[in-house]
Amino acid sequence: MFGPNLFTNYGEAVAVILFVIGFSNLLLQKNLIKKIIGLNIMDTAVYLFLAEKGYIRGRVAPIVVNGVQKVEAYINPVPSGLVLTGIVVSVSVTAIMLSLTIRLYRRYHTLDLDEISTMLKKEGR
Amino acid sequence: MSFVQNFPFFSIILSMFSGIVSSVLPAKAARRVNLFLIVAVGAMSAILLVYLTGTGEPFVYWMGHFPAPWGNEIRAGVLEAGMALFFCLIMLLSMVGGRRQLADEVAENKQNLYYILVDLLLSSLLALVYTNDLFTAYVFVEINTISACGLIMIRQIGRTFEAALRYMIMSLLGSGLFLISLCMLYDLTGHLLMSNIKESVAVLAAQQEYTVPLMTTIGLLCAGLAIKSALFPFHSWLPDAYGYSTVSSAAMLSSLVSKGYIFLLIKIFYRVIGFEIIAQSKIINVLFVFGLLGMIFGSISAIQENDIRRMIAFSSVAQIGYIYMGFGLGTEAGMTASIFHILSHAATKSLLFVAAVGLTDVSKGRREFIELTGSAYRNRMAGIAFTVGSLSMVGMPMFSGFVSKLLFAQASIGHAHKMLPAVLVLALSTILNAIYFMKTVIRIYVPDYRTDCKTITVKKQKVYALTLVCFMILNVALGMLSKPIENWIHSGLAMFG
Repeated sequence: MFGPNLFTNYGEAVAVILFVIGFSNLLLQKNLIKKIIGLNIMDTAVYLFLAEKGYIRGRVAPIVVNGVQKVEAYINPVPSGLVLTGIVVSVSVTAIMLSLTIRLYRRYHTLDLDEISTMLKKEGR
Repeated sequence: MSFVQNFPFFSIILSMFSGIVSSVLPAKAARRVNLFLIVAVGAMSAILLVYLTGTGEPFVYWMGHFPAPWGNEIRAGVLEAGMALFFCLIMLLSMVGGRRQLADEVAENKQNLYYILVDLLLSSLLALVYTNDLFTAYVFVEINTISACGLIMIRQIGRTFEAALRYMIMSLLGSGLFLISLCMLYDLTGHLLMSNIKESVAVLAAQQEYTVPLMTTIGLLCAGLAIKSALFPFHSWLPDAYGYSTVSSAAMLSSLVSKGYIFLLIKIFYRVIGFEIIAQSKIINVLFVFGLLGMIFGSISAIQENDIRRMIAFSSVAQIGYIYMGFGLGTEAGMTASIFHILSHAATKSLLFVAAVGLTDVSKGRREFIELTGSAYRNRMAGIAFTVGSLSMVGMPMFSGFVSKLLFAQASIGHAHKMLPAVLVLALSTILNAIYFMKTVIRIYVPDYRTDCKTITVKKQKVYALTLVCFMILNVALGMLSKPIENWIHSGLAMFG
């Protein structure tokens, strides 16, 4: 597993480690804001992975300059498009999660999801 | 190319435009636009289904002027058109059945927002059914998640906010896994269109290259979609979300939202990875085991519940377990049984939710079983409908639940290792289902001579009664006309891959 490929592809390895950090934060943290931060770390890790995969050594970003139009001068443009779509999705879900957090905080004055569940069970509705 | 081939595209675009237009309309107009949309999309899907049954082969539709492998595509076959028609039918009946509750439970100025969410939910379901591109599937999975979250929290009580938040957390965990696995799959194959990915995966599997990354990717895809559709250990958000949201939302969430993800998983099995590779991998064994555990533990949790809507919600956990057990069998008969169960469960679960609200309405809005004693005498139509739904869940012949269980049992016979656990757990879960459903049916028919609760007759709520009658007819039709439906599923799966 720790062959030479791991050190050449260290970017992807870091991306996967960040993904796991974000995933476990989203799952295991008690504080709602920290969960949302974990979500964002997880999504950003995927963008890093995609960016690494799009890059080809020695070539430049896929914007035509100086009229150079051959394919071999530019990196793969598709992953950049995927990253843009992913960023839009990530922003939308972060906005929803934050609005839900604000609603719950105004009602129950705590950012801890387990405490909110306990309070809801007590008030019964 | 005939005009009918444009219909999948028209359905998706019409749904999205209705959603956008409804943002500036008042509530009544938004409701009319919503109903018109569902009927129009249903009619288009029906015409498409007839056309495809006539031609007998699927077609591919370019979205934009670029051919494969650079452009985006949607693909329609018999199975997709039929599923779109069925989803429209269930959505129509759920929306009409829960209309009164919607007027009561959602604030006046926010009602048009509800119809926007339903329109977007329909567009995402249609796109998941028809798409041939994996990244488009991811985008519409996210639209599905966001509209489902909106459907839960449109009713603004504390419980629904907590339920919506828990739902979002679990759903986003699943989305993250799905996204990273699809990026890895793009890295391995270089394609995003499903058919092209399948060819590359077949080449990789034949040459035995990159076996570990391929298996990891398949595992993460299955795990992501299983988390999103509430397979056994990941179902903690489900009882709160279905139990406390408004009735139309609960009916649509249980019947349509999770089924959209399951249909995408079926599509990935057939059209991205290839069914032979999936059947040989160990991943379906994991799905099989979790399906069996879900069937048992969902039913045990339902028995312990004291609230009718949470009980129905836990029953959904068990039914999703049935579907994954069918996947875990790894044969085409198992897949046919799972797809039939998708239809049967969607029809029955929405019937149960819409009938349960009729029962709680005549019990001063209380949902505990002690308050519901004798409610079937106060609201006769809801009592009959709830009984029909319960009998279907338990597996009484003549209703759709019996045909599902029969298909599952037939699919598992002959398997070397999986026959015995499948058949045993099927029998055990039927007994458990009978315990909590029949207990409820008996309780609602115990005469209780209260005078402080109102009675609802058919004359008072004609549309509601009509909705329940349509649901019951659908259930019995699935149960008695199961052979043509099985043939449709077979021909659909044959042209699916």
